[in-house]
Amino acid sequence: MKRNYYLLAGLAITGVLSAVTLLGFFWTPYDSAAMSADKFLAPCPAHLFGTDNFGRDIFSRVMEGAGTSFLIALCTVAIGAAGGVLLGAVTGYFGGLADEILIRVGDALTAFPSILLALVVISLLGPGKPVNLILSLGLVFIPSFARVTRAAYAEAREVNYVKSVRLMGASHARVILVHILPNTLPVLLSALTIGFNNAVLAEASMSYLGIGVTPPDASLGYMLSEAQSVFGRAPWYALTTGGVMILFLFGVGLIGEGLRSREGDAL
Amino acid sequence: MKYVFRRLGALLLTMFLVSLCTFAAFSGISGSAAEARLGTQATPERVAALREELGLNRPFAVRYAEWLSGFATGNLGDSLTYRQNVGELLRDKVLVSLLLSAMSFALIVLCSIPLSLLVVRLTGGPLDAAHTLFNQFCMSVPPFFTGLLLSWVFGVSLHWFTPGAFPGLSRIGDALRFLLFPAVAIAIPRTAMTVRMLRGTLLRELNRDYVKTAISRGSDRDTVLRRHVLKNALTPTVAFLAQMMAEIVAGVIVVEQVFGIPGLGRMLVVSISNRDYPVVQAIVVILAFWVVASNTVADCINVRIDPRLALGDK
Amino acid sequence: MNTLLSIRDLRVRFHNRARDAVSGISLDIGRGEIVGLVGESGSGKTVTAMSVAGLLPRKRCDCSGTILLEGTELLHADRRTLRGVQGRSIGVVFQDPLSCMDPLMKVGAQVEETLLLHTDYSKAERRRLALEALAAVELPDPERVYASWPHELSGGMRQRACIAAAVVIRPALLLLDEPTTALDVTVQAQILALLKKLNRESGISMLFISHNLGVVRKLCTRAAVMQEGVIVEDGDTERVFRHPVHPYTRRLIDAIPTRDGRRRSA
Repeated sequence: MKRNYYLLAGLAITGVLSAVTLLGFFWTPYDSAAMSADKFLAPCPAHLFGTDNFGRDIFSRVMEGAGTSFLIALCTVAIGAAGGVLLGAVTGYFGGLADEILIRVGDALTAFPSILLALVVISLLGPGKPVNLILSLGLVFIPSFARVTRAAYAEAREVNYVKSVRLMGASHARVILVHILPNTLPVLLSALTIGFNNAVLAEASMSYLGIGVTPPDASLGYMLSEAQSVFGRAPWYALTTGGVMILFLFGVGLIGEGLRSREGDAL
Repeated sequence: MKYVFRRLGALLLTMFLVSLCTFAAFSGISGSAAEARLGTQATPERVAALREELGLNRPFAVRYAEWLSGFATGNLGDSLTYRQNVGELLRDKVLVSLLLSAMSFALIVLCSIPLSLLVVRLTGGPLDAAHTLFNQFCMSVPPFFTGLLLSWVFGVSLHWFTPGAFPGLSRIGDALRFLLFPAVAIAIPRTAMTVRMLRGTLLRELNRDYVKTAISRGSDRDTVLRRHVLKNALTPTVAFLAQMMAEIVAGVIVVEQVFGIPGLGRMLVVSISNRDYPVVQAIVVILAFWVVASNTVADCINVRIDPRLALGDK
Repeated sequence: MNTLLSIRDLRVRFHNRARDAVSGISLDIGRGEIVGLVGESGSGKTVTAMSVAGLLPRKRCDCSGTILLEGTELLHADRRTLRGVQGRSIGVVFQDPLSCMDPLMKVGAQVEETLLLHTDYSKAERRRLALEALAAVELPDPERVYASWPHELSGGMRQRACIAAAVVIRPALLLLDEPTTALDVTVQAQILALLKKLNRESGISMLFISHNLGVVRKLCTRAAVMQEGVIVEDGDTERVFRHPVHPYTRRLIDAIPTRDGRRRSA
């Protein structure tokens, strides 16, 4: 079998970044909130990514900010995937009126900019709290997962082996969970990578806009909005923060690419 | 023609539902928001007076109908922060945002079509993997990061434009030059997505039997592409580009903040922070209309290209 | 007899296969002749036809031997020479008329395509010839078919239109790759009759590819039987049917169900 270089490269990039991010939950080179007199230091061995306008170590802040960003993205995708898969599996498997309605609503919702929907939900819940951010983004991601799952289940429902399993007396729940779910995994995994990237981007955008994560918490998006105001003095702030985010999105994107090429999909 | 009317009907129905949901959701909280505004002075009498002033005591259906008709007459109620009519407040901003998304859209279309034709030629060659990596990389760059770089390089360093000082639509030449940079920031990842989709579509079409037939009649590759493949690839592309409009609007919302463009996106963000719900709900409906309308236009274009679509839809 | 097409020692191997798809076959087709090429799927009959039509993916296979059509070598010809022959001297009809038509081009434009590519005829002239061709394949109301979309025609009508598109420019050779397999039995018989008529009236030569011996017997003057890339039997259709020499041919003939449902050998 041909080596799947996209998948390997993606896993390598994502793996290294995740490891460093995970480390950031327990240990950072400096206290990320500690201010010092060393303002606007360019990247050097002591401060890999330099320091910001308060003399804080940017590398430590990026480690923590990435942690916040990815944690929020993970929770978001978890809510979106759990809700979407459940909804999609049940409606796709049973069909009927609920299915029709879900398709229509889903079509209408996926046509909307996800950020706009998330902004609406968060303005209803009240902006500024991470929990509300996760909830609003999670809700917004449900339709896209429901759509993918529904399609896979609607297709599987018509396949003969599913029919024969039913005839052998398997319950609906068993067919849904044991017989069909494993077959939808490849599609679902690819959808997860895309959904995760969208979640990171959406969180970053909203925090950049000042509606998502707000101080004292920091996420990559919020840090970029800080970095913009000091770009003239410390361009490395924006470049390193943005670079880490792009690299992570790139890595996850490559994993998705690898998964799809393994499926033999030319797209 | 019947198809077009049916699509228009669906458009109106969708917008009716969208506006109803939006209005219902926001009218639920705008009362409490108004009370919050009074703060410590919130005696029951004052609250009642405020509710009366905001018209919150009248039946929901009446308020909704009034608000909906406001999209035609321009009277969408008053902003809570600016003490100004929402219609007047938004009029210029709508045009700015429309212009920005139209420019981004044009950039995406103009760049992705030649690029995807080039990329299709690379398929299977040594540069194929390089393209995939580059494409994946471009998709990973968030528009607000590109925007940040562009505004510093071309704005602050090279002085080609002044970030934050949008010249206004009356000086349309300057305005277009200003908007070119945010449009590029929005267009880069979207172009990458479009190229990727177009490449897949073109490759799929090139493998179809009718291509074999055309070659067996003596067409060369370019003729097959021009006469047959491009037209067949067009309908999925038009549908994809219409969906792209939603992505563009998402980009517009964020990038307006980066460049300090006085458009709907910036207004939306400010109004959410201010809990200025009359403004928020109007902007939501306007942006939603823009996206749904693009999809409707795409459907109508597609049914002219492919007559089979009108049959499938009963 | 005057030879139109002459295949000598044709050998084709795809890069991703261990075995030759076609391993050293020779076959002649005379002017006005209808030759049937029979064999089960994977026997190399379609690859043979594709070699003649210049449709082999050259990057993905090696081929040797010669294919001469009226003195022009086709197998190793450059693209330009090949394009001059494709459609002009050789018309091809494929198995599935639905997927082989461009779904977004009106039938008339597709029938005219070879005229557009190979001649300087005016638009009106092309239209006249296309309508003639549509009438020649016995399509009722050619004007209406000319202005139809492919999806508006039935399967049989589509295949007639495809035949019209292949013969509109009067090529010397018509390649038919299982043209009746995707059709109903009654429509199949009509198409066979139509092909026979075209051959009788315009003298066009045909290479008819099929896995169905019965169909070949109805249409072809000569039959060649292919097995695993080799022609195992070649001769007059009636001779091949009455006195098969090769055991594989005999097995194929035995497999044809007869009217009373029994096998011939029984």
